[in-house]
Amino acid sequence: MNQNPLLRVNNIEVVYEHVILVLKGVSLEVPEGGLVALLGANGAGKSTTLKAISNLLRAERGEVTKGVIEFMGNRIDRKDAAEVVRRGIVQVMEGRRKFEHLTVEDDLLTGAYSRRDTHLVKKDLDLVYSYFPRLAERRNVKTGYISGGEQQMVVIGRALMARPKLMLLDEPSMGLAPLLVQEIFDIVVRLNREEKVAILLAEQNAAMALQVARYGYIMENGRLVLDGDADTLRDNEDVREFYLGLTEIGKKSYRNVKHYKRRKRWLT
Amino acid sequence: MIFAIEVAIGGLLVGVMYSLVALGFVLIYKSSGVFNFAQGDMTLLAALALVGFLTIFPLWLAILAALVLMIALAIAIEAIVLRPLVARPPLALFMATIGLGFFLQGIGQGIWGTDPKGLDIGISDIPFKIKGLLISQFDLAGGALAGGLVFALVWFFQKSRTGRALRAVSDDHEAALSVGIPLRRAWAISWAIAGLVALVAGIMWGSRLGVQFSLSLIALKALPILILGGIDSIPGAIIAGLVVGASENLAEVFLGPYVGGGIQTFFPYLLALVVLWFKPYGMFGREIIERV
Ligand SMILES: Nc1ncnc2c1ncn2[C@@H]1O[C@H](COP(=O)(O)OP(=O)(O)O)[C@@H](O)[C@H]1O
Ligand SMILES: [Mg+2]
Repeated sequence: MNQNPLLRVNNIEVVYEHVILVLKGVSLEVPEGGLVALLGANGAGKSTTLKAISNLLRAERGEVTKGVIEFMGNRIDRKDAAEVVRRGIVQVMEGRRKFEHLTVEDDLLTGAYSRRDTHLVKKDLDLVYSYFPRLAERRNVKTGYISGGEQQMVVIGRALMARPKLMLLDEPSMGLAPLLVQEIFDIVVRLNREEKVAILLAEQNAAMALQVARYGYIMENGRLVLDGDADTLRDNEDVREFYLGLTEIGKKSYRNVKHYKRRKRWLT
Repeated sequence: MIFAIEVAIGGLLVGVMYSLVALGFVLIYKSSGVFNFAQGDMTLLAALALVGFLTIFPLWLAILAALVLMIALAIAIEAIVLRPLVARPPLALFMATIGLGFFLQGIGQGIWGTDPKGLDIGISDIPFKIKGLLISQFDLAGGALAGGLVFALVWFFQKSRTGRALRAVSDDHEAALSVGIPLRRAWAISWAIAGLVALVAGIMWGSRLGVQFSLSLIALKALPILILGGIDSIPGAIIAGLVVGASENLAEVFLGPYVGGGIQTFFPYLLALVVLWFKPYGMFGREIIERV
Protein backbone atom coordinates (compact mmCIF):
# COMPACT_ATOMS: atom_id res chain seq x y z
CA MET A 1 0.00 0.00 0.00
CA ASN A 2 3.02 2.23 0.33
CA GLN A 3 6.46 2.38 -1.29
CA ASN A 4 8.31 2.86 1.98
CA PRO A 5 6.21 1.75 4.89
CA LEU A 6 7.30 2.44 8.47
CA LEU A 7 7.05 -1.25 9.27
CA ARG A 8 7.29 -4.12 6.85
CA VAL A 9 6.76 -7.70 7.98
CA ASN A 10 7.72 -9.97 5.16
CA ASN A 11 6.65 -13.60 5.07
CA ILE A 12 7.64 -14.50 8.62
CA GLU A 13 7.37 -17.84 10.30
CA VAL A 14 7.41 -18.14 14.10
CA VAL A 15 8.23 -21.26 16.09
CA TYR A 16 7.84 -21.68 19.88
CA GLU A 17 10.06 -24.07 21.85
CA HIS A 18 11.82 -25.04 18.60
CA VAL A 19 8.87 -27.19 17.53
CA ILE A 20 5.53 -25.40 17.69
CA LEU A 21 4.96 -23.63 14.39
CA VAL A 22 2.53 -20.79 15.03
CA LEU A 23 2.91 -18.19 12.26
CA LYS A 24 3.07 -19.43 8.71
CA GLY A 25 4.14 -16.80 6.21
CA VAL A 26 2.71 -13.58 7.64
CA SER A 27 3.26 -10.35 5.71
CA LEU A 28 1.91 -6.96 6.65
CA GLU A 29 2.75 -3.29 6.53
CA VAL A 30 2.12 -0.24 8.65
CA PRO A 31 2.59 3.13 6.92
CA GLU A 32 4.04 6.17 8.63
CA GLY A 33 1.38 7.52 10.99
CA GLY A 34 -1.00 4.70 10.06
CA LEU A 35 -3.62 3.01 12.19
CA VAL A 36 -3.84 -0.62 11.15
CA ALA A 37 -5.97 -3.35 12.70
CA LEU A 38 -4.96 -6.99 13.03
CA LEU A 39 -8.12 -8.99 13.60
CA GLY A 40 -8.69 -12.59 14.47
CA ALA A 41 -10.19 -15.02 16.92
CA ASN A 42 -8.50 -16.10 20.11
CA GLY A 43 -5.44 -18.18 19.28
CA ALA A 44 -5.17 -16.91 15.70
CA GLY A 45 -1.65 -15.60 16.25
CA LYS A 46 -2.15 -11.85 16.75
CA SER A 47 -0.10 -11.57 19.92
CA THR A 48 2.61 -13.74 18.42
CA THR A 49 2.80 -11.40 15.43
CA LEU A 50 3.19 -8.35 17.69
CA LYS A 51 5.80 -10.11 19.82
CA ALA A 52 7.73 -11.08 16.73
CA ILE A 53 7.94 -7.38 15.85
CA SER A 54 8.88 -6.19 19.35
CA ASN A 55 10.98 -9.31 19.89
CA LEU A 56 9.37 -10.11 23.20
CA LEU A 57 9.18 -13.53 21.60
CA ARG A 58 12.56 -14.54 22.91
CA ALA A 59 11.40 -14.20 26.52
CA GLU A 60 8.75 -16.82 25.72
CA ARG A 61 11.13 -19.19 23.97
CA GLY A 62 9.82 -18.24 20.55
CA GLU A 63 11.79 -17.42 17.44
CA VAL A 64 11.33 -15.94 13.98
CA THR A 65 12.66 -18.76 11.83
CA LYS A 66 11.91 -17.34 8.38
CA GLY A 67 11.22 -14.00 6.81
CA VAL A 68 12.25 -10.44 7.50
CA ILE A 69 10.97 -7.60 9.68
CA GLU A 70 12.03 -4.10 8.67
CA PHE A 71 11.48 -0.87 10.54
CA MET A 72 12.32 2.39 8.75
CA GLY A 73 14.26 0.37 6.20
CA ASN A 74 16.39 -1.55 8.73
CA ARG A 75 16.08 -5.18 9.74
CA ILE A 76 15.02 -5.56 13.34
CA ASP A 77 14.19 -9.25 13.57
CA ARG A 78 17.55 -10.06 15.14
CA LYS A 79 17.61 -7.12 17.58
CA ASP A 80 16.84 -7.60 21.24
CA ALA A 81 13.71 -6.14 22.78
CA ALA A 82 15.41 -3.16 24.46
CA GLU A 83 17.05 -2.21 21.16
CA VAL A 84 13.70 -2.39 19.35
CA VAL A 85 12.24 0.01 21.92
CA ARG A 86 15.17 2.38 21.45
CA ARG A 87 14.47 2.39 17.72
CA GLY A 88 10.90 3.50 18.32
CA ILE A 89 8.58 0.51 18.68
CA VAL A 90 6.76 -0.15 21.94
CA GLN A 91 4.34 -2.97 22.56
CA VAL A 92 1.45 -2.67 24.99
CA MET A 93 0.92 -6.29 25.92
CA GLU A 94 -2.51 -7.77 26.38
CA GLY A 95 -3.89 -8.17 29.88
CA ARG A 96 -2.90 -4.76 31.30
CA ARG A 97 0.56 -5.63 32.48
CA LYS A 98 1.02 -2.78 34.93
CA PHE A 99 3.69 -2.90 37.63
CA GLU A 100 1.29 -3.44 40.47
CA HIS A 101 3.52 -2.36 43.35
CA LEU A 102 4.60 0.86 41.64
CA THR A 103 2.59 4.04 41.89
CA VAL A 104 0.84 5.26 38.76
CA GLU A 105 3.51 7.90 38.30
CA ASP A 106 6.45 5.54 38.81
CA ASP A 107 4.85 3.05 36.45
CA LEU A 108 4.48 5.73 33.77
CA LEU A 109 8.08 6.82 34.30
CA THR A 110 9.44 3.33 33.65
CA GLY A 111 8.28 3.90 30.07
CA ALA A 112 10.96 6.56 29.69
CA TYR A 113 13.75 4.22 30.79
CA SER A 114 15.43 3.91 27.41
CA ARG A 115 15.29 7.61 26.55
CA ARG A 116 18.36 9.79 26.37
CA ASP A 117 16.53 13.13 26.34
CA THR A 118 15.77 12.90 30.04
CA HIS A 119 15.05 16.63 30.32
CA LEU A 120 11.89 16.16 28.22
CA VAL A 121 10.49 13.35 30.35
CA LYS A 122 8.67 15.69 32.73
CA LYS A 123 6.94 17.40 29.83
CA ASP A 124 5.81 14.08 28.41
CA LEU A 125 4.50 13.00 31.78
CA ASP A 126 2.27 16.08 31.72
CA LEU A 127 1.26 15.17 28.19
CA VAL A 128 0.19 11.70 29.34
CA TYR A 129 -1.79 13.27 32.18
CA SER A 130 -3.48 15.59 29.70
CA TYR A 131 -4.69 12.60 27.69
CA PHE A 132 -5.60 10.64 30.83
CA PRO A 133 -6.67 13.20 33.45
CA ARG A 134 -7.86 10.37 35.67
CA LEU A 135 -4.29 9.14 36.02
CA ALA A 136 -3.19 12.54 37.26
CA GLU A 137 -5.65 12.22 40.12
CA ARG A 138 -4.34 8.79 40.99
CA ARG A 139 -0.64 9.42 40.43
CA ASN A 140 0.36 8.33 43.94
CA VAL A 141 -1.80 5.20 44.10
CA LYS A 142 -0.25 1.80 43.41
CA THR A 143 -1.39 0.52 40.03
CA GLY A 144 -2.51 -2.72 41.63
CA TYR A 145 -5.30 -0.83 43.32
CA ILE A 146 -6.77 1.19 40.45
CA SER A 147 -9.62 0.09 38.18
CA GLY A 148 -9.18 -2.04 35.09
CA GLY A 149 -9.84 0.90 32.79
CA GLU A 150 -7.29 3.02 34.60
CA GLN A 151 -4.78 0.20 34.39
CA GLN A 152 -5.26 0.07 30.63
CA MET A 153 -4.63 3.82 30.57
CA VAL A 154 -1.45 3.36 32.60
CA VAL A 155 0.01 0.82 30.21
CA ILE A 156 -0.85 2.92 27.15
CA GLY A 157 0.47 6.07 28.85
CA ARG A 158 3.63 4.24 29.87
CA ALA A 159 4.21 3.20 26.25
CA LEU A 160 3.71 6.81 25.18
CA MET A 161 6.43 7.86 27.65
CA ALA A 162 8.92 6.04 25.40
CA ARG A 163 7.94 8.46 22.60
CA PRO A 164 7.52 5.64 20.04
CA LYS A 165 7.02 6.02 16.32
CA LEU A 166 4.99 2.82 16.34
CA MET A 167 2.82 1.42 19.12
CA LEU A 168 1.76 -2.22 19.07
CA LEU A 169 -1.51 -2.40 20.98
CA ASP A 170 -2.65 -5.87 21.99
CA GLU A 171 -6.37 -6.16 22.78
CA PRO A 172 -6.89 -2.96 24.75
CA SER A 173 -10.62 -3.72 24.86
CA MET A 174 -10.26 -7.06 26.61
CA GLY A 175 -12.37 -7.35 29.73
CA LEU A 176 -13.52 -3.73 29.79
CA ALA A 177 -17.05 -2.33 29.75
CA PRO A 178 -18.19 -0.98 26.36
CA LEU A 179 -18.21 2.64 27.51
CA LEU A 180 -14.63 2.39 28.72
CA VAL A 181 -13.59 0.66 25.52
CA GLN A 182 -15.06 3.58 23.60
CA GLU A 183 -13.18 6.06 25.79
CA ILE A 184 -9.88 4.26 25.33
CA PHE A 185 -10.31 3.86 21.58
CA ASP A 186 -11.07 7.58 21.28
CA ILE A 187 -7.79 8.35 23.01
CA VAL A 188 -5.92 5.89 20.82
CA VAL A 189 -7.26 7.72 17.75
CA ARG A 190 -6.19 11.04 19.22
CA LEU A 191 -2.69 9.75 19.97
CA ASN A 192 -2.48 8.57 16.38
CA ARG A 193 -3.62 11.92 14.96
CA GLU A 194 -2.12 14.42 17.36
CA GLU A 195 1.08 12.71 18.44
CA LYS A 196 1.66 11.08 15.04
CA VAL A 197 2.17 7.65 16.60
CA ALA A 198 1.55 4.88 14.10
CA ILE A 199 -0.52 2.08 15.62
CA LEU A 200 -0.86 -1.60 14.93
CA LEU A 201 -3.93 -2.70 16.84
CA ALA A 202 -4.57 -6.39 17.51
CA GLU A 203 -8.22 -7.01 18.39
CA GLN A 204 -10.88 -9.66 18.65
CA ASN A 205 -13.38 -6.84 18.85
CA ALA A 206 -13.51 -6.33 15.09
CA ALA A 207 -16.45 -3.95 15.13
CA MET A 208 -14.62 -1.54 17.38
CA ALA A 209 -11.29 -1.88 15.65
CA LEU A 210 -12.68 -1.35 12.17
CA GLN A 211 -14.36 1.82 13.38
CA VAL A 212 -11.02 3.45 14.16
CA ALA A 213 -8.53 1.72 11.84
CA ARG A 214 -7.94 2.79 8.26
CA TYR A 215 -6.67 -0.60 7.11
CA GLY A 216 -7.11 -4.12 8.44
CA TYR A 217 -5.74 -7.62 8.23
CA ILE A 218 -7.65 -10.72 9.23
CA MET A 219 -5.77 -13.64 10.68
CA GLU A 220 -6.74 -17.27 11.13
CA ASN A 221 -4.60 -20.11 12.38
CA GLY A 222 -1.34 -18.26 11.95
CA ARG A 223 -2.11 -17.04 8.43
CA LEU A 224 -3.48 -13.80 7.07
CA VAL A 225 -6.60 -14.62 5.10
CA LEU A 226 -7.90 -11.22 4.10
CA ASP A 227 -6.83 -7.60 4.11
CA GLY A 228 -8.13 -4.30 2.86
CA ASP A 229 -9.30 -0.80 3.73
CA ALA A 230 -11.41 -0.70 6.83
CA ASP A 231 -14.50 0.30 4.82
CA THR A 232 -14.04 -2.54 2.38
CA LEU A 233 -13.63 -5.03 5.19
CA ARG A 234 -16.70 -3.73 6.99
CA ASP A 235 -18.74 -4.35 3.83
CA ASN A 236 -17.27 -7.76 3.14
CA GLU A 237 -19.89 -10.45 3.55
CA ASP A 238 -17.70 -12.96 5.36
CA VAL A 239 -16.34 -10.35 7.70
CA ARG A 240 -19.85 -9.11 8.44
CA GLU A 241 -21.01 -12.59 9.20
CA PHE A 242 -18.09 -14.06 11.12
CA TYR A 243 -16.30 -11.11 12.65
CA LEU A 244 -18.96 -8.49 13.09
CA GLY A 245 -21.80 -10.88 13.85
CA LEU A 246 -24.05 -9.11 11.37
CA THR A 247 -26.15 -11.44 9.31
CA GLU A 248 -29.73 -12.03 8.34
CA ILE A 249 -29.70 -15.44 10.00
CA GLY A 250 -28.70 -13.92 13.31
CA LYS A 251 -25.73 -13.25 15.48
CA LYS A 252 -22.84 -15.61 15.04
CA SER A 253 -19.72 -15.64 17.02
CA TYR A 254 -16.36 -15.63 15.35
CA ARG A 255 -15.54 -18.72 17.29
CA ASN A 256 -17.11 -20.58 14.41
CA VAL A 257 -13.96 -20.29 12.37
CA LYS A 258 -14.14 -23.94 11.42
CA HIS A 259 -17.47 -23.41 9.81
CA TYR A 260 -16.07 -20.37 8.05
CA LYS A 261 -13.17 -22.33 6.66
CA ARG A 262 -15.37 -25.12 5.50
CA ARG A 263 -17.42 -22.65 3.57
CA LYS A 264 -14.37 -20.96 2.13
CA ARG A 265 -13.05 -24.22 0.81
CA TRP A 266 -16.39 -24.97 -0.66
CA LEU A 267 -16.46 -21.59 -2.37
CA THR A 268 -13.08 -21.95 -4.02
CA MET B 1 18.08 -0.92 83.93
CA ILE B 2 21.24 0.59 82.46
CA PHE B 3 22.45 -2.91 81.85
CA ALA B 4 19.25 -3.79 79.99
CA ILE B 5 19.68 -0.75 77.77
CA GLU B 6 23.27 -1.71 77.06
CA VAL B 7 22.18 -5.20 76.13
CA ALA B 8 19.45 -3.83 73.88
CA ILE B 9 21.80 -1.39 72.16
CA GLY B 10 24.39 -4.09 71.65
CA GLY B 11 21.66 -6.26 70.15
CA LEU B 12 20.43 -3.49 67.86
CA LEU B 13 23.91 -2.86 66.51
CA VAL B 14 24.34 -6.53 65.75
CA GLY B 15 20.80 -6.45 64.35
CA VAL B 16 21.80 -3.89 61.73
CA MET B 17 24.36 -6.38 60.49
CA TYR B 18 21.66 -9.06 60.38
CA SER B 19 19.51 -6.68 58.37
CA LEU B 20 22.31 -6.33 55.89
CA VAL B 21 22.56 -10.07 55.34
CA ALA B 22 18.80 -10.33 54.97
CA LEU B 23 18.82 -7.47 52.49
CA GLY B 24 21.06 -9.51 50.22
CA PHE B 25 18.29 -12.09 49.96
CA VAL B 26 15.55 -9.53 49.52
CA LEU B 27 17.30 -7.74 46.66
CA ILE B 28 17.78 -10.92 44.67
CA TYR B 29 14.28 -12.13 45.43
CA LYS B 30 12.76 -8.87 44.30
CA SER B 31 14.61 -8.73 41.01
CA SER B 32 15.00 -12.36 39.93
CA GLY B 33 12.14 -13.86 41.89
CA VAL B 34 14.38 -16.51 43.42
CA PHE B 35 15.45 -17.37 46.93
CA ASN B 36 19.21 -17.14 46.57
CA PHE B 37 20.56 -20.11 48.41
CA ALA B 38 24.10 -18.98 47.58
CA GLN B 39 23.95 -15.70 49.54
CA GLY B 40 25.84 -17.14 52.51
CA ASP B 41 28.50 -18.60 50.24
CA MET B 42 28.84 -15.27 48.48
CA THR B 43 29.54 -13.73 51.88
CA LEU B 44 32.16 -16.36 52.60
CA LEU B 45 33.74 -15.95 49.18
CA ALA B 46 33.89 -12.16 49.56
CA ALA B 47 35.54 -12.46 52.97
CA LEU B 48 38.01 -15.09 51.76
CA ALA B 49 38.91 -12.98 48.77
CA LEU B 50 39.39 -9.94 50.97
CA VAL B 51 41.72 -11.81 53.32
CA GLY B 52 43.62 -13.07 50.29
CA PHE B 53 43.94 -9.64 48.73
CA LEU B 54 45.05 -8.18 52.06
CA THR B 55 48.25 -10.20 51.82
CA ILE B 56 49.23 -8.25 48.69
CA PHE B 57 47.31 -4.95 48.85
CA PRO B 58 46.67 -2.23 51.43
CA LEU B 59 43.18 -2.32 52.97
CA TRP B 60 41.36 0.04 50.61
CA LEU B 61 42.79 -1.60 47.50
CA ALA B 62 41.97 -5.05 48.84
CA ILE B 63 38.36 -4.01 49.45
CA LEU B 64 38.20 -2.55 45.95
CA ALA B 65 39.64 -5.73 44.45
CA ALA B 66 37.12 -7.87 46.36
CA LEU B 67 34.33 -5.59 45.13
CA VAL B 68 35.48 -5.94 41.53
CA LEU B 69 35.51 -9.69 42.02
CA MET B 70 31.92 -9.67 43.32
CA ILE B 71 30.74 -7.55 40.39
CA ALA B 72 32.48 -9.83 37.90
CA LEU B 73 30.83 -12.74 39.66
CA ALA B 74 27.40 -11.09 39.27
CA ILE B 75 27.92 -10.64 35.55
CA ALA B 76 29.05 -14.26 35.22
CA ILE B 77 26.06 -15.53 37.22
CA GLU B 78 23.69 -13.62 34.94
CA ALA B 79 25.29 -15.05 31.80
CA ILE B 80 25.87 -18.62 32.94
CA VAL B 81 23.08 -19.32 35.43
CA LEU B 82 20.18 -16.92 34.90
CA ARG B 83 20.07 -16.38 31.15
CA PRO B 84 19.68 -20.03 30.17
CA LEU B 85 16.89 -20.36 32.73
CA VAL B 86 14.73 -17.51 31.41
CA ALA B 87 11.05 -18.47 31.43
CA ARG B 88 11.76 -21.69 33.33
CA PRO B 89 9.92 -22.50 36.56
CA PRO B 90 11.24 -20.67 39.67
CA LEU B 91 12.19 -24.01 41.22
CA ALA B 92 14.81 -24.53 38.49
CA LEU B 93 16.34 -21.20 39.43
CA PHE B 94 16.30 -22.09 43.12
CA MET B 95 18.07 -25.38 42.42
CA ALA B 96 20.60 -23.51 40.34
CA THR B 97 21.43 -21.24 43.28
CA ILE B 98 22.02 -24.29 45.48
CA GLY B 99 24.52 -25.55 42.93
CA LEU B 100 26.02 -22.10 42.70
CA GLY B 101 26.49 -22.03 46.48
CA PHE B 102 28.50 -25.25 46.51
CA PHE B 103 30.49 -24.05 43.55
CA LEU B 104 31.42 -20.74 45.19
CA GLN B 105 32.33 -22.48 48.42
CA GLY B 106 34.59 -24.88 46.53
CA ILE B 107 36.25 -22.11 44.52
CA GLY B 108 36.82 -19.89 47.55
CA GLN B 109 38.27 -22.62 49.72
CA GLY B 110 40.19 -24.09 46.79
CA ILE B 111 42.01 -20.82 46.18
CA TRP B 112 42.36 -19.47 49.70
CA GLY B 113 42.31 -22.63 51.81
CA THR B 114 40.00 -23.97 54.50
CA ASP B 115 41.91 -22.95 57.61
CA PRO B 116 40.28 -20.23 59.73
CA LYS B 117 41.77 -16.81 59.12
CA GLY B 118 41.62 -13.61 61.06
CA LEU B 119 40.47 -10.43 59.40
CA ASP B 120 41.66 -7.19 60.91
CA ILE B 121 40.23 -4.02 59.48
CA GLY B 122 41.70 -1.83 62.17
CA ILE B 123 38.72 -1.21 64.41
CA SER B 124 39.55 -2.16 67.96
CA ASP B 125 36.99 -3.94 70.10
CA ILE B 126 37.41 -1.79 73.19
CA PRO B 127 34.08 -0.75 74.64
CA PHE B 128 33.63 2.93 75.44
CA LYS B 129 31.21 4.93 77.49
CA ILE B 130 28.51 7.30 76.22
CA LYS B 131 26.38 8.87 78.93
CA GLY B 132 27.22 6.08 81.28
CA LEU B 133 26.41 3.33 78.77
CA LEU B 134 29.07 0.83 77.79
CA ILE B 135 29.03 0.32 74.04
CA SER B 136 31.26 -1.81 71.86
CA GLN B 137 33.22 0.36 69.46
CA PHE B 138 33.27 -2.43 66.97
CA ASP B 139 29.52 -2.97 67.01
CA LEU B 140 29.03 0.77 66.68
CA ALA B 141 31.26 0.92 63.60
CA GLY B 142 29.56 -2.15 62.13
CA GLY B 143 26.13 -0.76 62.85
CA ALA B 144 27.02 2.58 61.29
CA LEU B 145 28.48 1.02 58.16
CA ALA B 146 25.62 -1.40 57.69
CA GLY B 147 23.12 1.35 58.45
CA GLY B 148 24.71 3.65 55.89
CA LEU B 149 24.60 0.96 53.23
CA VAL B 150 21.00 0.09 54.01
CA PHE B 151 20.05 3.76 53.73
CA ALA B 152 21.86 4.09 50.41
CA LEU B 153 20.15 1.00 49.04
CA VAL B 154 16.71 2.18 50.04
CA TRP B 155 17.34 5.51 48.37
CA PHE B 156 18.63 3.78 45.26
CA PHE B 157 15.58 1.55 44.94
CA GLN B 158 12.97 4.15 45.70
CA LYS B 159 14.37 7.22 44.00
CA SER B 160 16.76 6.42 41.19
CA ARG B 161 15.79 5.62 37.62
CA THR B 162 17.65 2.31 37.72
CA GLY B 163 16.08 1.42 41.06
CA ARG B 164 12.64 2.08 39.63
CA ALA B 165 13.48 -0.15 36.69
CA LEU B 166 14.58 -2.93 39.04
CA ARG B 167 11.30 -2.66 40.93
CA ALA B 168 9.44 -2.89 37.64
CA VAL B 169 11.42 -6.01 36.72
CA SER B 170 10.46 -7.57 40.03
CA ASP B 171 6.75 -6.97 39.40
CA ASP B 172 6.59 -8.23 35.82
CA HIS B 173 9.78 -8.87 33.95
CA GLU B 174 8.21 -9.35 30.56
CA ALA B 175 6.36 -6.05 30.83
CA ALA B 176 9.63 -4.43 31.91
CA LEU B 177 11.23 -5.84 28.78
CA SER B 178 8.39 -4.40 26.71
CA VAL B 179 9.26 -0.85 27.74
CA GLY B 180 12.92 -1.35 26.94
CA ILE B 181 14.40 -2.23 30.31
CA PRO B 182 17.27 -4.61 29.53
CA LEU B 183 16.62 -7.61 31.75
CA ARG B 184 20.15 -8.91 31.64
CA ARG B 185 21.56 -5.66 32.87
CA ALA B 186 18.88 -5.44 35.55
CA TRP B 187 19.73 -8.92 36.80
CA ALA B 188 23.46 -8.28 36.70
CA ILE B 189 22.97 -5.04 38.65
CA SER B 190 20.91 -6.66 41.36
CA TRP B 191 23.36 -9.54 41.74
CA ALA B 192 26.20 -7.04 41.88
CA ILE B 193 24.38 -5.22 44.67
CA ALA B 194 23.88 -8.54 46.45
CA GLY B 195 27.61 -9.06 45.98
CA LEU B 196 28.34 -5.69 47.56
CA VAL B 197 26.07 -6.54 50.48
CA ALA B 198 27.83 -9.90 50.80
CA LEU B 199 31.19 -8.14 50.86
CA VAL B 200 30.21 -5.68 53.58
CA ALA B 201 28.60 -8.47 55.59
CA GLY B 202 31.73 -10.56 55.02
CA ILE B 203 33.92 -7.74 56.34
CA MET B 204 31.82 -7.12 59.45
CA TRP B 205 31.16 -10.73 60.33
CA GLY B 206 34.55 -11.96 59.17
CA SER B 207 36.41 -9.59 61.44
CA ARG B 208 34.08 -10.53 64.26
CA LEU B 209 34.04 -14.31 63.94
CA GLY B 210 37.04 -15.02 61.77
CA VAL B 211 36.92 -16.07 58.13
CA GLN B 212 36.11 -19.75 57.75
CA PHE B 213 33.43 -22.05 56.44
CA SER B 214 31.01 -21.26 59.25
CA LEU B 215 30.76 -17.70 57.96
CA SER B 216 28.48 -18.98 55.22
CA LEU B 217 26.08 -20.07 57.93
CA ILE B 218 25.18 -16.50 58.86
CA ALA B 219 22.67 -16.98 56.07
CA LEU B 220 20.78 -19.07 58.62
CA LYS B 221 20.49 -15.96 60.76
CA ALA B 222 18.76 -14.28 57.87
CA LEU B 223 16.01 -16.89 57.59
CA PRO B 224 13.93 -15.90 60.62
CA ILE B 225 14.45 -12.27 59.65
CA LEU B 226 13.07 -12.96 56.19
CA ILE B 227 10.12 -14.78 57.71
CA LEU B 228 9.51 -11.90 60.09
CA GLY B 229 10.00 -9.10 57.62
CA GLY B 230 8.72 -10.73 54.46
CA ILE B 231 11.15 -11.86 51.79
CA ASP B 232 10.26 -9.03 49.43
CA SER B 233 10.30 -6.05 51.75
CA ILE B 234 13.34 -3.84 52.17
CA PRO B 235 11.99 -2.00 55.24
CA GLY B 236 10.86 -5.39 56.53
CA ALA B 237 14.39 -6.78 56.39
CA ILE B 238 15.74 -3.74 58.19
CA ILE B 239 13.21 -3.65 61.00
CA ALA B 240 13.09 -7.43 61.45
CA GLY B 241 16.89 -7.50 61.64
CA LEU B 242 16.80 -4.93 64.43
CA VAL B 243 14.01 -6.74 66.25
CA VAL B 244 15.85 -10.05 66.06
CA GLY B 245 19.16 -8.53 67.13
CA ALA B 246 17.74 -6.76 70.17
CA SER B 247 15.31 -9.45 71.27
CA GLU B 248 17.74 -12.37 71.03
CA ASN B 249 20.32 -10.45 73.01
CA LEU B 250 17.81 -9.56 75.70
CA ALA B 251 16.47 -13.10 75.77
CA GLU B 252 19.94 -14.55 76.08
CA VAL B 253 20.92 -12.28 78.94
CA PHE B 254 17.68 -12.30 80.93
CA LEU B 255 16.02 -15.62 80.08
CA GLY B 256 19.14 -17.56 79.24
CA PRO B 257 20.25 -18.28 82.80
CA TYR B 258 16.92 -20.02 83.56
CA VAL B 259 17.18 -22.47 80.68
CA GLY B 260 20.92 -22.91 80.69
CA GLY B 261 21.75 -20.41 77.93
CA GLY B 262 22.03 -20.83 74.19
CA ILE B 263 18.67 -19.16 73.56
CA GLN B 264 20.21 -16.91 70.95
CA THR B 265 20.37 -19.63 68.34
CA PHE B 266 16.71 -20.56 68.32
CA PHE B 267 14.94 -17.54 69.77
CA PRO B 268 14.63 -15.76 66.39
CA TYR B 269 12.95 -18.83 64.90
CA LEU B 270 10.49 -18.92 67.76
CA LEU B 271 9.71 -15.27 67.21
CA ALA B 272 9.28 -15.83 63.48
CA LEU B 273 6.90 -18.70 64.08
CA VAL B 274 4.69 -16.62 66.31
CA VAL B 275 4.56 -13.81 63.75
CA LEU B 276 3.75 -16.22 60.93
CA TRP B 277 0.70 -17.29 62.84
CA PHE B 278 -0.76 -13.83 62.64
CA LYS B 279 0.81 -12.42 59.46
CA PRO B 280 1.42 -15.07 56.82
CA TYR B 281 3.31 -12.66 54.53
CA GLY B 282 5.53 -11.47 57.38
CA MET B 283 5.21 -8.15 59.12
CA PHE B 284 5.94 -6.17 55.97
CA GLY B 285 5.70 -8.75 53.20
CA ARG B 286 3.91 -7.26 50.27
CA GLU B 287 0.46 -8.52 49.90
CA ILE B 288 -0.44 -10.28 46.69
CA ILE B 289 -2.71 -7.69 45.17
CA GLU B 290 -5.76 -9.38 43.76
CA ARG B 291 -8.49 -7.44 42.07
CA VAL B 292 -11.22 -8.53 39.79
N1 LIG C 1 4.75 -19.29 24.60
C1 LIG C 1 4.07 -20.11 23.80
N2 LIG C 1 4.49 -21.39 23.64
C2 LIG C 1 3.82 -22.22 22.82
N3 LIG C 1 2.73 -21.89 22.12
C3 LIG C 1 2.26 -20.64 22.22
C4 LIG C 1 2.91 -19.69 23.07
N4 LIG C 1 2.23 -18.52 22.98
C5 LIG C 1 1.21 -18.75 22.11
N5 LIG C 1 1.23 -20.02 21.65
C6 LIG C 1 0.28 -20.61 20.71
O1 LIG C 1 0.29 -19.85 19.52
C7 LIG C 1 -1.02 -19.70 19.00
C8 LIG C 1 -1.30 -18.24 18.79
O2 LIG C 1 -1.38 -17.59 20.04
P1 LIG C 1 -1.49 -16.02 20.17
O3 LIG C 1 -0.47 -15.39 19.29
O4 LIG C 1 -1.46 -15.69 21.59
O5 LIG C 1 -2.94 -15.75 19.55
P2 LIG C 1 -3.93 -14.53 19.73
O6 LIG C 1 -3.16 -13.39 20.30
O7 LIG C 1 -4.43 -14.24 18.36
O8 LIG C 1 -5.00 -14.98 20.64
C9 LIG C 1 -1.96 -20.38 19.97
O9 LIG C 1 -2.30 -21.65 19.45
C10 LIG C 1 -1.15 -20.52 21.22
O10 LIG C 1 -1.51 -21.68 21.91
MG1 LIG D 1 -3.51 -12.47 22.06
